[in-house]
Amino acid sequence: MPGFDFSNHNRNAALHAQGVPLPKATSTGTTIVGCIYDGGVVIAADTRATSGPIVADKNCEKLHYIAPQIWCAGAGTAADTEFTTAIISSNLELHALSTGRKPRVVTCMTMLKQHLFRYQGHIGAYLVVAGVDPTGAHLFTVHAHGSTDKLPYVTMGSGSLAAMSVFETQWKSALSKDDAVKLCADAIQAGIFNDLGSGSNVDVCVITAEKTTLMRNYITPNVRESKARNYRFKRGTTAVLNEKVITREEISKYVTVHELDEQSVAGVGEVMDVDS
Amino acid sequence: MGSPFSINGGACVAMVGKDCVAIACDLRLGMQALTVSNNFPKIFPYGDVYLGLTGLATDVSTVSDLFRYKVNMYRLREERPISPQTMANLVSSTLYERRFGPYFVSPVVAGINHTTGKPFICGFDSIGCIDFAKDFIVSGTASDQLFGTCEGLWEPDLAPEDLFETVSQALLNAVDRDALSGWGAHVYIIEKDKVTKRLLKGRQD
Amino acid sequence: MASVFAGAPPNGAPGYSFAQTPTAAPAGIREHSFYPYTDNGGSTLGISGADFSILAGDTRSTSGYSINTRYAPKLFKIGGEGPESKGARIVLSVVGFAADGEALKERLDTIVKMYKYQHGKPMSVAACAQRLSHILYGKRFFPYYVTAILGGLDEEGKGALYSYDPVGSYEREQCRAAGAAASLIMPFLDNQVNFKNQYIPGSGEGHALQQRVPEPLPRKDVEELVKDAFTSAVERHIEVGDGLQMMIITKDGIEEIYEELKKD
Repeated sequence: MPGFDFSNHNRNAALHAQGVPLPKATSTGTTIVGCIYDGGVVIAADTRATSGPIVADKNCEKLHYIAPQIWCAGAGTAADTEFTTAIISSNLELHALSTGRKPRVVTCMTMLKQHLFRYQGHIGAYLVVAGVDPTGAHLFTVHAHGSTDKLPYVTMGSGSLAAMSVFETQWKSALSKDDAVKLCADAIQAGIFNDLGSGSNVDVCVITAEKTTLMRNYITPNVRESKARNYRFKRGTTAVLNEKVITREEISKYVTVHELDEQSVAGVGEVMDVDS
Repeated sequence: MGSPFSINGGACVAMVGKDCVAIACDLRLGMQALTVSNNFPKIFPYGDVYLGLTGLATDVSTVSDLFRYKVNMYRLREERPISPQTMANLVSSTLYERRFGPYFVSPVVAGINHTTGKPFICGFDSIGCIDFAKDFIVSGTASDQLFGTCEGLWEPDLAPEDLFETVSQALLNAVDRDALSGWGAHVYIIEKDKVTKRLLKGRQD
Repeated sequence: MASVFAGAPPNGAPGYSFAQTPTAAPAGIREHSFYPYTDNGGSTLGISGADFSILAGDTRSTSGYSINTRYAPKLFKIGGEGPESKGARIVLSVVGFAADGEALKERLDTIVKMYKYQHGKPMSVAACAQRLSHILYGKRFFPYYVTAILGGLDEEGKGALYSYDPVGSYEREQCRAAGAAASLIMPFLDNQVNFKNQYIPGSGEGHALQQRVPEPLPRKDVEELVKDAFTSAVERHIEVGDGLQMMIITKDGIEEIYEELKKD
């Protein structure tokens, strides 16, 4: 029962062999960053989700909860980052319960890489893992194929080069908390303004030995200005052919089928003959 | 053959208003450029929650039946109606289960949460990534056009009657610029104590 | 699944996955190719009124996920004198492959100027429109990769707007959007300029309802519509943004307006 269901795979592979392209998933063509400082770790992300050149979500959440003191920033296929972090979060909780200890960031990183390596890169999750555990503050990157890195400052996603340019020019060792937050937010803003795949707002998460602070929409530099005109229509502008009001009492306990009586509506076309 | 998402065509949109939500769809069913039916609604009511499905018609039917089953089973087990938020997570996990052999659908969920009284809408990609939006959700072959009309026409806190005009105009004008959508439309305006379903007059070409 | 790598930079730049970028050339017969076109994104639109025409375009130029520049005009005055194009009465907007757009503008500008020198009178918009069509069709098998919109005033002083496909098919219209966000802007314009799908409330029941008849909009309304169309497109299309350039052609000449757009 657990795991993926491949029952549509043969059908879809046959369609693909006939030249049918694969579906386009929402991708977080993203900028995500992370930075260690004295006493903790900061991760940050932009909030744009794209589907091709279209913005699917202007304010999505790319900072995922793993454990109270371990958080993850995700880039790549949006659904994969969402579900991969969720399943590892769940397993890590069980692990913490069975060992009776606080979960460690290395454990989380190892579980993520083993999960992703098993799927040979087909699960398109690119993650920045950060957290504080009894052994200290840690920061990792995990790629979809299962490789990992451990660095004092990291960037990922389509805006990684723009963000890294900020780190490489401004980063110094022994940062204060405020400096680290500012540096991460600046790196994300470099991605927001210079990478088309990234945009909208800055989300920041600060993890210290004492507590975790999620600052959702820490900076909002892209609020839409109010429109020049009012687009409210006069009531009755749209042509209605049929109307049915269903009160809440009428909504039956179990799901049934409601149909408009369309035979009484002229010009809608004849009712189809259907085999019964 | 084109993308499975654009063989049959179709469009769906959901919008949030003041203490109400709207969900609307076109009625076309086609096979490439040939229209086969002008009476193929893509919105499925499951009690208080409404599910819009665009994409490959065979999967639209399969997935709508699957969720009818799942929502009924939820009611029997829990002895309470499913909330829109729970429905969203149910849709998400059901789609992600088929991560490597997806249904070719782009679902939209709309409804009012009767515990909080707050309107709720959300959309998904074919593998279950949820798009929580505070304004509107679009899906289908006319999604680009719908993004344009919704972004231009929508404003916050519309009353049910005004929301109906806005959602209808957004849909009608969008589908008129998409060769694979149109041929009439259904609009549901969902309020706390009642739901109004309307059939719109749309171009029949 | 294709979507797995959708987050990677396009245009063959190194992706996230090393498996994606071949480091060694494959053995055997190799085919070399050169694709002379690039898509520089952006969007344009034009609306004609009773005694004016408005053309507008964003000023962002892109390739892949990168911004080339935040100010690259897509609107050009045609047939004017000197670098300021003084006395011009026609505006050309081009979107698609920017280099072809520039080349097309230069050719049309030269032709319109030569016409004036040879005939001692400015070229009419109708004539210019047809000439542009011929220029485009002249490169039928190696096209200028652009969608053009030409705007001006006709011989009666009414707003005139002509839209083109890359190989010269053209038509005079009330309004037209072109480029990356054309599919987003066009249905909005249908609704707000030509009042499509709008009926007069209370004028009848069902099929008997009366359609709202479009009338030429005043200049202020059209300017506001253009701005809203672009701010909407900026919200939902990643290749549109940075700046909005507008040109309004009236009997007094061409007025140019520049406004900022969002830069993310």
